[in-house]
Amino acid sequence: MMRALKKSLVALALVAGAASAHAAGDGVHIERQTWSFGGFTGQYDRDQLQRGFQIYKDVCSACHGLKRVRFRNLAEPGGPEFPEEGVKTLAHEWPNKIVDGPNDAGQMFEREPKLFDPIQGPFKNEKEARAAQNGALPPDLSLLAKARNVEYTGTWWAHPFSMLRDIATSYQEGGADYIYALLTGYHEAPAGVTVAEGMHYNAVFPGHQIAMSPPIAADNFVKYQGDWGSYDQNARDIAAFLSWSADPTLNRRKITGWLVMLYLLVTTGLLYVGKRRIWPNIPH
Amino acid sequence: MEHNSTYEPKSSFAKWWDDRLPIARLMHGQFVDFPTPRNLNYLWTFGGILTFCLVAQIVTGIVLAMHYQPSAAEAFNSVEAIRRDVNYGWLLRNLHAVGASMFFIAVYIHIFRGLYYGSYKAPREVLWILGVLIFLVMMATAFMGYALPWGQMSFWGVTVITNLFSSLNEIIPGVGTAIVEWLWGGYSVSGTTLNRFFALHYLLPFVLFGIVVLHIWALHVAGQNNPTGLDIKTKSDSVPMFPYAVAKDAVGMFAFLILFAWFVFFLPDYLGHADNYIEANALVTPPHIVPEWYFLPFYAILRAIPSKLGGVIAMFSAIAVLIFVPWLDTSRVRSAKYRPLYKWAFWLLVIASVGLGYLGAKPAEGAYVIWSRIFTVYYFAHFLLVMPILGIIETPTALPKSISASVLPSGSGAPAGATAAPETR
Amino acid sequence: MASEAEDPNRRDFLVIAGNAFIAVGAAATLWPFVDQMNPDAGAQALASVEIDLSPVKEGQAITAMWRGKPIFIRNRTADEIKQAEATPIADLPDGSARNDLLPEATPALDKNRVKDGKANWLIMVGICTHLGCIPKGQSMGDARGEFGGWFCPCHGSHYDTSGRIRKGPAPRNLEVPPYEFVSDTKIKIG
Repeated sequence: MMRALKKSLVALALVAGAASAHAAGDGVHIERQTWSFGGFTGQYDRDQLQRGFQIYKDVCSACHGLKRVRFRNLAEPGGPEFPEEGVKTLAHEWPNKIVDGPNDAGQMFEREPKLFDPIQGPFKNEKEARAAQNGALPPDLSLLAKARNVEYTGTWWAHPFSMLRDIATSYQEGGADYIYALLTGYHEAPAGVTVAEGMHYNAVFPGHQIAMSPPIAADNFVKYQGDWGSYDQNARDIAAFLSWSADPTLNRRKITGWLVMLYLLVTTGLLYVGKRRIWPNIPH
Repeated sequence: MEHNSTYEPKSSFAKWWDDRLPIARLMHGQFVDFPTPRNLNYLWTFGGILTFCLVAQIVTGIVLAMHYQPSAAEAFNSVEAIRRDVNYGWLLRNLHAVGASMFFIAVYIHIFRGLYYGSYKAPREVLWILGVLIFLVMMATAFMGYALPWGQMSFWGVTVITNLFSSLNEIIPGVGTAIVEWLWGGYSVSGTTLNRFFALHYLLPFVLFGIVVLHIWALHVAGQNNPTGLDIKTKSDSVPMFPYAVAKDAVGMFAFLILFAWFVFFLPDYLGHADNYIEANALVTPPHIVPEWYFLPFYAILRAIPSKLGGVIAMFSAIAVLIFVPWLDTSRVRSAKYRPLYKWAFWLLVIASVGLGYLGAKPAEGAYVIWSRIFTVYYFAHFLLVMPILGIIETPTALPKSISASVLPSGSGAPAGATAAPETR
Repeated sequence: MASEAEDPNRRDFLVIAGNAFIAVGAAATLWPFVDQMNPDAGAQALASVEIDLSPVKEGQAITAMWRGKPIFIRNRTADEIKQAEATPIADLPDGSARNDLLPEATPALDKNRVKDGKANWLIMVGICTHLGCIPKGQSMGDARGEFGGWFCPCHGSHYDTSGRIRKGPAPRNLEVPPYEFVSDTKIKIG
């Protein structure tokens, strides 16, 4: 009894600490990946988002919710763009029902999700989740890619240059990099590190002990229409999908951005030439 | 500056109006005919840029307030609804969040420009003090605004910064706690706190606007400073604001907008913090609490002092000291351009300030603390020792005879007064 | 110097172009600020509601909620139906059925405002077409106006037992929302 209590307390403390950790923590270096939506030209790869959703549905949704994404979002432009009929069926068949009501008898009741409903996880609330997960709380994944980032681990004097490079190349994919690194970061614990019971060693998770078991085991990766499935590919696809779920307007934002930048560059140029016309032969 | 408007009403209605409310005459005199030094460089376009920033923040802010819900339960959700569902909500929210950072970038450039060219010296002391006031109100507004998304950094930022006032307990026991609970409206940061912060965040920008009007008024009484620091003596020293200064301001403004848009469209979250995408949780503190980047230098000063009350006093003094700058600078010469020693001191101040900003984001440990202390010492020494002493011991280099003499090719021989204003050339 | 100087106020093409670009940019910037006030994606993806009609007895009425609007549901008596069906089109100020599922030109016959074989169920948006008040007539004790249907107390509009405007300032018949019978006693609105 005491043992179980202690175990869940440890798990609780670790997860509580991790839930708020913005970065990989502990100065763990995280390799940057190439993303189709990276930089100022990048856009989501629709097929990748579709595969990513498939992984969420088949694997992650067993524990994690995606409550800020609504079923209708899955059919909207700039996302996975599933056909609307398919999404209706998906919502209809979603295992986690929506609590609605009260009905005319004054009772709350469960109903099937509709297009406008959020994608619910399996747990009704935090307490239920912790009870089912040995004290750990599987976070809602909707904003995970925005709520995580990679920490700078280089030398202090190179930091300003790294920042300038990130600004110039508009690097905003720290969350995706972190998620990919986390999913591919399950290893044997190095010698001398004891992993608490019910925990798993992870190279990038803050504290290196994570309650989540390796979600897509090497022999259990998601297969979806053909041969793209591999552990590495799965990790990339889910990271891309979660980037979309955290930032569903990215495609529109960047396209608008190109037009605005073009406009501003031309106008600034024109104004500069105009200013030269207005200030002729006036030394200043 | 005394300046008679050359405004002439063009229609009988304009004449009728002008006899009753001569606002067009006022505007014409202050923003069309107004004599601006002919040698202003692009650093002087930041005044206009800042006015734009304030107006843009007010406009985007009002629009966001139409969708935002200032309650602990709904604040985070409503911001997400703005990002996801409101038409152009993503754009408006990015404009407002990035806009705050851009406002501070511009204000820091504006302040350091003033420090370099001695824009605080007589007769511009009141103008400068109004500027310091604007800076203070801006910081208060930005701080309360950052609380509104009600993410983890919002919540814990509010907790930590409001707790600064509890240091007053070290002077009179109980007073600090009383003030903090008064600010919170409870015994911890809660939805009540959020609600009042929202009310004040909506109010303060209009206060700011009022002070900005006074700031511009004071500017137009003394006239603009310029890179030489000399006064306008003859007509040839100046050009009318329209079209000359306005054309230059427009170029500066649009160049600034390029940077602004780059962040809005391609790096909207770069200047924020990932933890603020986690909803506020009163039971979990993020491992590294960092304020927004524009507060980092002051945050580093706070942490550099190894006493709670001392740190708070040092942080507020870092801003308060600016008020006394007009009298701390003993030099006869305004512009650092002609002050060989002060020039170096100025760049040291820039390095110390940027350094403090860098250190404010680092954990308070080891070499970071030592460097924070070194820079803090220089920051205060710059104003309290270097400025008064250098002004006395330094020999300025030769000043040009006039503003126009400084920009005309030597030997072109146009005597002051003969060149007249450009439109009459 | 003066001879080669250009007039700075000259309407230089490039200066005009620059100003025009600023004007276009400012105008384009206005749109997001206007559009943000339109119903957002959440409001557009609207909930449809299902309503169980079984507890509503003949002659009774209930009010449901759809899109934040009251929906009048009345189980009409045979008399009321007969009265509505007998009204000649010429007596109606608004000749359109105002049924969201039918074209606007559909005549305002009672049969065009109810479902076939369900003539006793009259389902309408309960908002007066004058200035948006909610007409009286749902409760038993309510004044129902001169035509036995609904009466709007704000400015005195009288609606008949088919919800059609008969007298008063309201310009149109009460609107019939899009709905369908999902079972014999259940409707789905929206």
